[in-house]
Amino acid sequence: MIGEAKALEMLEAALSSADCEQAEAILSISDSALTRFADSAIHQNVAEVNAMISVRAVIGKKIGVARGNQLDAESIRDVARRAVGLAELAAEDAEFVSLPQPQPVSQVTSFAEKTAASTPERRAEVARAVATVADQHGCKASGSFSVETAELAVANSLGVRAYATSTEGALIAVAADDASSGYAEWRGMDLANLDPKSVAETAARKCVEGRGAEPVDPGEYAVILEPLAVGDMLFMLAYMGIGALAVQEGRSFMSGRIGEEITGKNISIWDDGTDPRQLPSAFDWEGVPRQKVQIIENGLARGPVYDSYTAHKEGKESTGHAFPAPNTWGPMPTHMFLGPGDSSVEDMVASTDRGILVTRFHYTNVVHEKQTVFTGMTRDGTFLIENGAIARPVNNLRFTQSILDALASVEMIGRDLQLVEYACAPALKIGKFSFTS
Amino acid sequence: MKDLVKRAVDRALSGGATYADARAVVTRRQDVNTKNGAPEGISDLTDQGIGVRVIADGAWGFASTSSPRLEDIDDIAARAVQIARASATLSTKEVVLAPQEPLQAEWSSEYQVDPFSVPLEKKLGLLMDADQIIRSVSGVRVASGEMAFVREEKWFVSSEGADITQQRFQSGAGIQAMAEGKGEVQRRSFPGSFGGDNANRGYEFVEQMNLVGNAKRIAEEAVALLSADPCPSKNTTLILEGGQLALQVHESCGHPAELDRVFGTERSFAGTSFLTTDKLDRLRYGAEIVNLYADATIPGAMGSFGYDDEGVPGQRVDIVKKGVFTGYLSSRETAAQLGIQSGAAMRASGWNRSPIIRMTNVSLAPGDSSLEKMIAETDDGVYAATNKSWSIDDQRLNFQFGTEIGWEIKNGQLGRMLRNVNYQGVTPEFWGKCDAIAGSDEWHVWGLLNCGKGEPMQVMWVGHGVAPARFRDVRVGIGRQG
Repeated sequence: MIGEAKALEMLEAALSSADCEQAEAILSISDSALTRFADSAIHQNVAEVNAMISVRAVIGKKIGVARGNQLDAESIRDVARRAVGLAELAAEDAEFVSLPQPQPVSQVTSFAEKTAASTPERRAEVARAVATVADQHGCKASGSFSVETAELAVANSLGVRAYATSTEGALIAVAADDASSGYAEWRGMDLANLDPKSVAETAARKCVEGRGAEPVDPGEYAVILEPLAVGDMLFMLAYMGIGALAVQEGRSFMSGRIGEEITGKNISIWDDGTDPRQLPSAFDWEGVPRQKVQIIENGLARGPVYDSYTAHKEGKESTGHAFPAPNTWGPMPTHMFLGPGDSSVEDMVASTDRGILVTRFHYTNVVHEKQTVFTGMTRDGTFLIENGAIARPVNNLRFTQSILDALASVEMIGRDLQLVEYACAPALKIGKFSFTS
Repeated sequence: MKDLVKRAVDRALSGGATYADARAVVTRRQDVNTKNGAPEGISDLTDQGIGVRVIADGAWGFASTSSPRLEDIDDIAARAVQIARASATLSTKEVVLAPQEPLQAEWSSEYQVDPFSVPLEKKLGLLMDADQIIRSVSGVRVASGEMAFVREEKWFVSSEGADITQQRFQSGAGIQAMAEGKGEVQRRSFPGSFGGDNANRGYEFVEQMNLVGNAKRIAEEAVALLSADPCPSKNTTLILEGGQLALQVHESCGHPAELDRVFGTERSFAGTSFLTTDKLDRLRYGAEIVNLYADATIPGAMGSFGYDDEGVPGQRVDIVKKGVFTGYLSSRETAAQLGIQSGAAMRASGWNRSPIIRMTNVSLAPGDSSLEKMIAETDDGVYAATNKSWSIDDQRLNFQFGTEIGWEIKNGQLGRMLRNVNYQGVTPEFWGKCDAIAGSDEWHVWGLLNCGKGEPMQVMWVGHGVAPARFRDVRVGIGRQG
């Protein structure tokens, strides 16, 4: 890592080389590694050190962006010059107003020394721990263990200055044999909180319980979705329409419906990048502080997330959800929460006459964004529930389902939140969920 | 750059590696995006770095850096060996590579017009012309356009003596009209969705597309789709346009033919494959008219190259012949497990990624029919065009696809327009119902830029040569929406 002073010095050099009306500079440096294993052996093991220097140049309402990954002084000047050159040649964007003004950025804890100090030997030990547990259950282990240490600095000619360091770790564990598979994962900032054996035990248990799976007829079922599946659903909802650009273009489920009841009254969804239960992040890629945004509250649509461009269109302030420019998809939430309840998965199973328990989804994709319909498969642990108990494992099923309709039939919400990609999600018992094959 | 990759290999060997290769890649990329009469994003990216891959103690290690400093090159070489030795502590067998004669060669893609020599005003002007036509159609909410250009230079050196330099130019473009109303959002894209169409060619590839000439049509179709009838739910005859068929081939043939998936090394992420080795030369994958192959030598195609990222010459490999499954996409390591030569399918998305098995140009051989004839022969069916949605299970069997637009076929004629067309199937059953494929004059190699695979993620550019084809008794209109 180069440290805050050096990082901001590089950005100052970039800004001073950008001969234009407004300029923004971003520096990102990362040191990452990933150990991958299959059939209980490490088969890929990689490491990367990379950097990015990006400059956005503004001349009137003309904008150009240039990016490079070399950090010597001449390369930084070259990036700035190229950005200005593109802005000079570009056509005007009449809707562009300004880069963001500086705002105070809160401090969050986003760096853990133990994660940053991870070694190839330690990562191999984690893989071995997973493989040992799998072997004890007559399974083979597949998965990956990744770590990243990063620095991010953002500055602009209006006075924005923001810097942060971060660490992130993720363990993915699949236990599998010829007939079955089970999955579990852990994500977090601090590897001190990782218990690989516990993760492996969950995956192995699902593999063992999944042996002897048989088909079950497609149709509409009550389902219990574990947090991984709920997180996947939240990400799809975010992708479809929780960004302001989607709302403004009329393609979001929230377009024209802010303030209306759009799903179940027991559903509240918000985004908060500074919450320590997430991988905390204090500011976005424009250096704007991340705000907590209530997206859905007790079933009512409250509003999307904004970056500076979409906020200016409505005379609002950015909520701190920008991605690096140029961003043609618009802002998106990346630290979502679905409000927890007071149930456990065991409670949900016990309350179900006939339903399907789903560990996670696979290869989900949008079918109809305005109706929030998505499709995908179940995977790595799918079970039939009958008369309040797990009856048997079943073959994987394909679903095609509206997310908001599903959330409108939520009967029980888990009390525990699990950190998954893009969200902290509880388990849900959903009264009606459509499996199509 | 060549000196740096040679140094990386030498340092890795002196650090204890028994095999080493290194790749340096220098890339320049330009993106031009427009939306509703304004530029939405104009960017210029330069990227370079070196990755070194080693075998030490019988296991793989890989390390990479964006820094050209000699001390950082030495560091990644040492780091790769350290990582390999850590891999060896959880290993069941030593890595064995199929033999490959080390080659000294140069290769470059063919192009007429360097896309980076074309003024930005010209590129913007073309997209804006199309944009203006799209927005002239009442009911259009968003008109968008995109262009992407890449120049890539790559240096590869191995401890076996390979020394290969390659260069390619990549060009692509697309336009889209979005209409919104009546609770619907409908899009029409040209020439294809999700990145348009792309090739390892110069700017001439964009100029020949005729974006302006197709702008009004797609705008009118997007608006018309808002009030079109929804696709009925039934089993019927399905004819697929080339752009959609390209993705069908990609998901249901290309991915399951990746030998690393078959051997389980992708299990934790994208999954495995139903094309297990016991099915080689035995499984009836599709009808007898179905012939699928991977060919990295198609001039200008998106998945073409001179040599893969193990230094193996690009080649053609049959995957399905006369409907029978017959071959894989393979690497030196996976080929050795089958006792064959590598099929040259090892590709890395950049200097910072270790190569894994990827598609090249996985293609469906043309047949002897035509789109016109297939429609004329169909009493009741659906003609579906331009991909909108895709999903497939972790063994590449159960799939569901959606298209932007469709038309009902009745008594040999195209009839009413259909919206929200989707269809579902199981791979060998689906291909077994293929009863007609259009001929070589309707065959086109589509260039896709967004194939995702691996951990860490690698987004790869691939090609698919297809002509429209017909499939009988396919379930359409899944989970019918409105």
